[in-house]
Amino acid sequence: MKREEILHNLRKIFKDDVIEVVDKSPKRVYIEIKHESLVKVASYIFKDLKARFNTASGVDMRNHMEILYHFLIEDINLLISLRVKLQKPKLEIDSLVPVFEGANWIEREIHEILGINFKGHPDLKRLLLPDDWPEGVYPLRRDYKEWDKNAIRDRGV
Amino acid sequence: MAKTIVPIGPYHPLQEEPEFFILTVEGEKVVDVDVRIGYNHRGIEKLSEMKSFDQSTFVIERICGICSTSHPFAYTRAVEDIISIEVPERAKYIRTIIAEGERIHSHLLWLGLAGHFLGYNTVYMWVWKLREEILDVMEILTGNRNNYAMFKPGGIRRDIKSEDIPVVIKKMDSIVPTLEMLKKAVIDDPVIHARTKGIGILSKEEAINYCALGPTARASGVARDVRKDSPYGAYDKVEWDMIVTHNGDVFDKLVVRVLEVFESIRIIKNCFLSLPGGEIDANIKDIPPGEGIGNIEAPRGECFHYVRSDGTNRPVRHKVRAPTFMNLPTCKATVIGEYISDATIILAAIDPCYCCTERMTAIRNIRGKKIYSGEDLIKLSRKKTEILRNKMGVK
Repeated sequence: MKREEILHNLRKIFKDDVIEVVDKSPKRVYIEIKHESLVKVASYIFKDLKARFNTASGVDMRNHMEILYHFLIEDINLLISLRVKLQKPKLEIDSLVPVFEGANWIEREIHEILGINFKGHPDLKRLLLPDDWPEGVYPLRRDYKEWDKNAIRDRGV
Repeated sequence: MAKTIVPIGPYHPLQEEPEFFILTVEGEKVVDVDVRIGYNHRGIEKLSEMKSFDQSTFVIERICGICSTSHPFAYTRAVEDIISIEVPERAKYIRTIIAEGERIHSHLLWLGLAGHFLGYNTVYMWVWKLREEILDVMEILTGNRNNYAMFKPGGIRRDIKSEDIPVVIKKMDSIVPTLEMLKKAVIDDPVIHARTKGIGILSKEEAINYCALGPTARASGVARDVRKDSPYGAYDKVEWDMIVTHNGDVFDKLVVRVLEVFESIRIIKNCFLSLPGGEIDANIKDIPPGEGIGNIEAPRGECFHYVRSDGTNRPVRHKVRAPTFMNLPTCKATVIGEYISDATIILAAIDPCYCCTERMTAIRNIRGKKIYSGEDLIKLSRKKTEILRNKMGVK
């Protein structure tokens, strides 16, 4: 399938789910979708278009959280990034682990550093943060405050 | 039979980096495995948000000593993707040369360690001696054995001198016969066959399901290489082949890496032969608001950086995804069902790199102890050998 064909199909099949398509460059496309349609669109891209899941990246935009799911279609060198926006305070989205195993660790990471709950994840335990890290403190959020009085604060300045 | 839990790590004399594997065994068979990481976590992504775009290049270069080109390469490509510019041709070629030099020394490092894990220390000593030659080449080209500091958004920081090129090509040629000998010794060795063939198999379906990357995926028959799939640098301008094997066991992962070293030498030589002249830097001034993605093929697989800018001189978000982050979970598919004695080499077969996965910087001497120079270390080592000799009564 060609690039135009893929984008046309995506627009047609998911016309109720796609909010906006940003055609940034020949190799990059950003597609904003409704957060409840994530699993539907992601499994189409992974299984039918044979894309590889690169990773997901979460950003705290103060009023909402944004997660980007990056997929690379290797045959035609097209990187599709699915953008979902989660309004605070309801930070919940369906997990992609039932569709493919590759999403397991990155969902655990986003869960602990941004505090987003992935519904249907088989084992949402900690990945990187230590065991004595307090519950409900998320280091990559904008409102994060250092809580450990004994932490070494050497920024190398 | 009762189940037993065998913990390996987080601090263990056999391991190079802190990681914690919890193996559940029944008799000698592994029935379950769980990985606990995070002992190296330093919060580089957060740190990068506090640095300017130029400073970040140096911070992320120190994520890992082995992949000290891969991370800046992916990061600079992400920044260039925000601005939508192309770097000058000469810079593309030199970037490719440095990246391939890094691939050679990283693959050789792993090969040595694999020999070490198998108890085959001859391979370990040979390969690491050969690796020194490559590090010398890198020193000639960049001035450093590691952490080359060659990359900047828009190009490279230093040019390669034309009088160095014949020296480097001669050195590259001189290591090929030794490598050929090593290749035969390793690939035809019955001991290595016995220890690595048919164990830790990652099937093609599992490799796709786990989104495995790099040599780990290519050994399972998944033709996946960012250098071919989405070419960058000079990879689409010089000739080279992608190595793919089909069995997915530890032996095939080893074969892929050994053969890739030869391809890397070929790429470097081809790059030197067609090295264009001209500028090496596109001179970026301001980074506009927007987002960019940079992905490159690191020695262990795809290295992925996502950078978001709001028009200031600092990134709003910088996401780093190292290849081991995707490759390490495949141990669930490879280790379970194998014998515990094979578990070490299977876990090591993906060439895990925890520094990258957890995004940590270099180790600092915080307690104010003395830092030894190279000469001091040699002296220290001789002194220790002397003491041991005296104790054992060897003259």
